Amino acid sequence: MLSKEEIRSIDHQIALVPVRRAACIEALKIVQHHRGWVSDESLHAIAAHMEMSAEELDSVATFYNLIFRKPVGRNIILLCDSISCYVMGYEKIYDHLQALLHIKFGETTPDYRFTLLPNPCLGSCDHAPALMINQDTYRDLTNEKLDDILKEYK
Amino acid sequence: MERPLTQHINFNRTSLNLKDYVSVGGYQAVHKALKSMAPQDVTKMVQEADLKGRGGAGFNTGMKWSFVPMNEAGQTKYLIANADEMEPGTFKDRMLLEGNPHQLIEGMIVSAFAIQANISYVFLRWAYKKAAWLIEHAIAEAYAAGYLGKNILGSGFNLEMHLHTGIGRYMCGEETALLNALEGKRATPRAKPPFPQVSGLFGKPTIVNNVETLSNIPHIINNGPDWFKALSLTSDPGTKLYGISGKVNKPGLWELPMGTTIRELIEEHAGGMKKGFKFRGALPGGASTDFLVEEHLDVKMDYKSVSAAGSRLGTGTMIILDDHTCPVGFVHNLEHFFAQESCGWCTPCREGLPWTEKILLSIENGEGRMEDLDLLEMHTHHLGPGNTFCALAPGAMEPLQSGLKYFREDFEKHINEKKCPWR
Repeated sequence: MLSKEEIRSIDHQIALVPVRRAACIEALKIVQHHRGWVSDESLHAIAAHMEMSAEELDSVATFYNLIFRKPVGRNIILLCDSISCYVMGYEKIYDHLQALLHIKFGETTPDYRFTLLPNPCLGSCDHAPALMINQDTYRDLTNEKLDDILKEYK
Repeated sequence: MERPLTQHINFNRTSLNLKDYVSVGGYQAVHKALKSMAPQDVTKMVQEADLKGRGGAGFNTGMKWSFVPMNEAGQTKYLIANADEMEPGTFKDRMLLEGNPHQLIEGMIVSAFAIQANISYVFLRWAYKKAAWLIEHAIAEAYAAGYLGKNILGSGFNLEMHLHTGIGRYMCGEETALLNALEGKRATPRAKPPFPQVSGLFGKPTIVNNVETLSNIPHIINNGPDWFKALSLTSDPGTKLYGISGKVNKPGLWELPMGTTIRELIEEHAGGMKKGFKFRGALPGGASTDFLVEEHLDVKMDYKSVSAAGSRLGTGTMIILDDHTCPVGFVHNLEHFFAQESCGWCTPCREGLPWTEKILLSIENGEGRMEDLDLLEMHTHHLGPGNTFCALAPGAMEPLQSGLKYFREDFEKHINEKKCPWR
């Protein structure tokens, strides 16, 4: 079941496009915003509202790397693993994160505080290595800086 | 030296709002174009200026617009700003988006007028949170001031503008894949023809232009094609946003005359290589461009000269390979990215890129065989231009084929010594 608020936001997006299904990515984003991730149950509810099959919607949902089809932590760490960050040593940052959080790429801490994911180029190449946590971008990273940054996220 | 795109950008203060932008001459091009020019004359002026697409393909922008049908009054058409900057090593559009969003909006209004489009979108990548906030705010300001909406400045021209933020995937930067993403589909590329100019978003005529391309439009309208040509040092007109990342003293981004040499960029603007690091090569315009090496340092960074040297200007943002970085690891990182970002639509790309990535990883880990180098060579042909559905795989092969050419000894050393000499 979608909440009234979710339906209101989705219908607002549907009104902006000439074909109902064109708003399905927005619908996925809206539900993920409210629930943190898109479960099978959520997917079926969105598909019904969008007048699409759940399979078709899932083919869209699984195409885009920032729609989560598995539960994620309260804070999402996206570590850039692209070329400029490779040259500037993102692997050391990754090692440090693994040591601190005891998780690898694709994993979530048991207390659901953090999910760690690799992410392509964040467009901060002149200040590599870089990562994002939720809405915030951190650049010119060092292991020392990282220790302080992580403390901000509970 | 004129820097039309970045002259008002100063990251030590907040981004220009509408009032700031108008006070430095902003929106004059909208007044000029909408009130005193015919749409076709705008297109002609941009075509004469020979503004080449700054997203990487380098096609004449006015020429691209000229393919949009102009005979049917009242037909729905779309203008889209491609702000899905995801080419690894590229960070130039972020500066324009965060530094001067109204310059982009003004360019979009004039461009939409030229093709008589009434609906426009900014397709922005998810990671650019600050830009999203600024653009949303700037669009609202432009509506309130009458630069967007119905009957703009009394000209009879109407234009809606919306911000669409993506949810990942490099493929969205390919213009037909971007259209599929906007239609709520998987971002796979479309067959061409029909070209988007004739049948694009929702089957309607559509133009997709890069942020830097669109940001140039107001200046061309205000100052004319001859002025634009005079900005450049070579026959490719205008200025260019050039960037450098890697082991240089001052990585960064600079707006300079088109045709500035690689040497000047590295030595004067980026402050040279960091102490203890030597230049071995560079990808001149993002991850999907061929390596250039020391013998190319005096190549002028324009479309023609970089092509003549065997690479592409691409996005104009350069990634440096230094002597402390393993070239095999460097190329493996690139092919890992391309294999991951392949949309899976066509077989050579879906199957070939992961194969390439695996071979490179085994060489990097000291498990490679000499025959693997022939296999890699084979892929550079089989995934090359004309053998795949879109430009992703051919782009992926550019750093691989030139990497094998310029750093072959390093590949062989990994195989002979059964380890990475840098680890």
